[in-house]
Amino acid sequence: MDSHLISEFRSIVGDAGLVTAAEQLRTYECDGLTLFRVVPELVLLPACGEEMQAVVKLCHRERIPFVPRGSGTGLSGGALPVKGGVVIGVSRMNRILEIDVTNARVVVEPGVTNSAITAAVSAHGYFYAPDPSSQVVCTVAGNVAENSGGAHCFKYGVTTTYILGLEVVLSDGSLVHLGSKTMDFPGYDLVGSFVGSEGTFGIVTRITLRIIKKPECTQTLMAAFNSSSEAGGAVSSIIASGMFPAAMEIMDRLALEAAEAAVHANYPNCQALLLVELDGSAREVELLMEKVGPICTSCGAWELRLAKSEAERVAVWKGRKAAFAAVGRISPNYLVQDGVIPRTALPRVLGEIDRLSAEAGLRVANVFHAGDGNLHPLVLYDRRIAGQEQRAMTLAEDILRLCVEAGGSITGEHGIGEEKKQFMPVMFSAADLDAMQRLRSAFDPYELCNPSKMFPGTDKDFQRPIAYQPHPIEKAGLAQRY
Amino acid sequence: MNERPDGLDRAWTDLEAIVGREYVWPASGSDAIDGLQPARIIAPRTAQEIAQVLQYCSANGLGVIPRGGGTKMGFGNRPQKADLILSTERLDRVIEHAWGDMTVIVEAGCTIENIQRTVGEHGQRLAADPLWPEKSTVGGLLATAESGTLRIRYGAVRDLVLGVEVALPDGSLIKAGGKVVKNVAGYDLTKLMIGSLGTLGVITRAVFRLHPLPAATASYSASLSSVDESVKLLLAILDSHLVYTGLQVRADGPDHIFVDVLTEGIPESLQDQYAKLSRIAVGHTFAESVSDPWKARQELFADAGAAVICKCSVLPSQMGSLCEVVFRHAKSAKVAATLVAQATGVAEVRLDAARPPSLAEALKNLRAEVDRLDGTLVVRLCPAPIKEALDVWGSVKDAVPLMEQIKGKFDPARTLNPGRFVGAI
Repeated sequence: MDSHLISEFRSIVGDAGLVTAAEQLRTYECDGLTLFRVVPELVLLPACGEEMQAVVKLCHRERIPFVPRGSGTGLSGGALPVKGGVVIGVSRMNRILEIDVTNARVVVEPGVTNSAITAAVSAHGYFYAPDPSSQVVCTVAGNVAENSGGAHCFKYGVTTTYILGLEVVLSDGSLVHLGSKTMDFPGYDLVGSFVGSEGTFGIVTRITLRIIKKPECTQTLMAAFNSSSEAGGAVSSIIASGMFPAAMEIMDRLALEAAEAAVHANYPNCQALLLVELDGSAREVELLMEKVGPICTSCGAWELRLAKSEAERVAVWKGRKAAFAAVGRISPNYLVQDGVIPRTALPRVLGEIDRLSAEAGLRVANVFHAGDGNLHPLVLYDRRIAGQEQRAMTLAEDILRLCVEAGGSITGEHGIGEEKKQFMPVMFSAADLDAMQRLRSAFDPYELCNPSKMFPGTDKDFQRPIAYQPHPIEKAGLAQRY
Repeated sequence: MNERPDGLDRAWTDLEAIVGREYVWPASGSDAIDGLQPARIIAPRTAQEIAQVLQYCSANGLGVIPRGGGTKMGFGNRPQKADLILSTERLDRVIEHAWGDMTVIVEAGCTIENIQRTVGEHGQRLAADPLWPEKSTVGGLLATAESGTLRIRYGAVRDLVLGVEVALPDGSLIKAGGKVVKNVAGYDLTKLMIGSLGTLGVITRAVFRLHPLPAATASYSASLSSVDESVKLLLAILDSHLVYTGLQVRADGPDHIFVDVLTEGIPESLQDQYAKLSRIAVGHTFAESVSDPWKARQELFADAGAAVICKCSVLPSQMGSLCEVVFRHAKSAKVAATLVAQATGVAEVRLDAARPPSLAEALKNLRAEVDRLDGTLVVRLCPAPIKEALDVWGSVKDAVPLMEQIKGKFDPARTLNPGRFVGAI
């Protein structure tokens, strides 16, 4: 990059806010998806909203594309730099600005981590509900960009439910306030539109969010099954009984082995483990938990174990949240997928995944949010063995297609980013995608903000276009695409 | 009657060709929107027909007013153009209730009551309680983002919608979201459409997530004579472990206030909840509600022809200030005031007076006070002379240009509800 321009950026953010050294720039070449790497021209780390605005204005003047970045934990390549562009990180804007417990509102800068919010309000008996597994390091700005979920969104909802107001810098450097601290701000739901836009609408500089009261009582049951399909059946039966658990998670044998090795959570030794968490009033939780056990047993569970103490409960979740990373212990490489299916399709789709896995000769570990039907198949492979990576990618794609055919989605919480953009036409028609582009162009007419993400056919280096084709069931008029 | 009677005959013939002759008929005086008389009502049968109608109207400069059950036609500013009403009455089906997945797919003209009846057969419900469920439709519910009592536990209607199908003014029919409970593929156009008052497109179909019907419910009310005490009680309940699904304040004077609590769950736990409520409400007595307090919001709208009804949104802690200013300005303008507020901070306020000027004065003062509280005041219903003199939405600050951009991208010819929404969009 032109040295005058670098000086101009330096005059805005100072030396502390500028990364130019080649070896340091490499830190930013990818996010949690390491399959793709691009070294940015420059990394800018503004310390406040004014600096952010000035940086974006300069990018706009020079028509330099920029990629917003939180902690870089995203799993779909949303923070992957673009060629010839800069990365704008929010990590130095990490102050909690206001805690209003009475109204259950917190105002933060974008670089505050997810866990830091709960830590700050925990003493008052409150918590911030969205809980992605990376919550200790990931930023709220990243959560806003990706509309992050977590294990407890079956009951509590995802990020978009909790964001009330945003201050954002648009790609021309203008500062706009979306929503407010109160409910139902008049006009289009710009907050709802912005959340989940994967950094393509602008950069967030301030976030007003809602916290909620911690439940009086929380209980977590582990149920051991002989197969994931049986465990999936138990999930449906629990829901059919009229209960609404806070979380229902399934881990299969491979995932359990990995998590056990990493965290020693003392899980039962089984083919599939179902975690059921109930929360609410103490009396209700106790009474309902007495019903959950027999339901699991009737669906094939051969061991039930209730976490006896808070410490035990924390260990159970620690293992679950560490599962992705732990899989690294049992396989040199793996791909994480994030497809969603209607919950009732779980047994069938899990069976299909087993079949595809056997056909491809690759192991697939399953860790998933069963209540939401949000699968996280981890395709295990060894990059050093010729052809395995390609086969793993093909298998991962087949699994996604399977999810869409089952009436689901290609992503439940990880986002499209770079990784799945070629898959958008599998889910959406040309008209659907065009409507999305209209919204994008209203926010960013200059296509400067995280360009080339989310939509197919914008990157010459990575072209695997898959045209949308109606499913036979749809062609026969027996189902609609949704 | 029609502002442009000439040259539209051709349009009606063309539109009849799309939907069939019997589904285009002359509008009557009762179809007028804020005194603006549309010429025709058109009732397509399918989403494709709606898309074709919109495309035609957009290309020919006609103003279209979408209408579901017609229960909220007085909401919004007076439209700038209303050539025809696009009725969704023939898209009234529940398409699919996937009870195992706890989702339901419905057409836009389906009434809320119809959904509840259908999903209730499997012990489920749409956890939303909008006004006039027997008449109001999915389309109207989503267009206005109406929410009620259950919101405090289950979220706003936007949190219950998984996907929508929308007909756009360019004739395209798009889908956003899906039918699974978690989905972040692409932009959240569903959220953009919800609450957009039919100014971007016409929602033709929606997918909702459902919740189990509670095994038992109980409502308790406490009568109080002080605003401060009521808000203190409200905040204490908000900060407690009580599992309520509704929490409301009703007042028709500064010394005549009720706090209502709705609890749901299994029968054994309800007794426990009541004991808990009594412990929180030190110095106050909660008794089982005598009449249904959750109908109060709807009752506020009864015979409201000459009244002003507005929605005020403030922080829960400011509810006391809101009550105080409502009754102070009502008193000074000699206006009767009634308030029904949810603990989310969203309150419906009704002002009644024999003389419209007093109403206008009370409303103006109230809006200034709510602005001072950093809240918002949206006028829902008011007599025509008052509406002419104000923007019902109030000030939306620096987000208006962005909203105009969005409107321009989706409805460049300003076919849909022109002028009715925020910033005269």
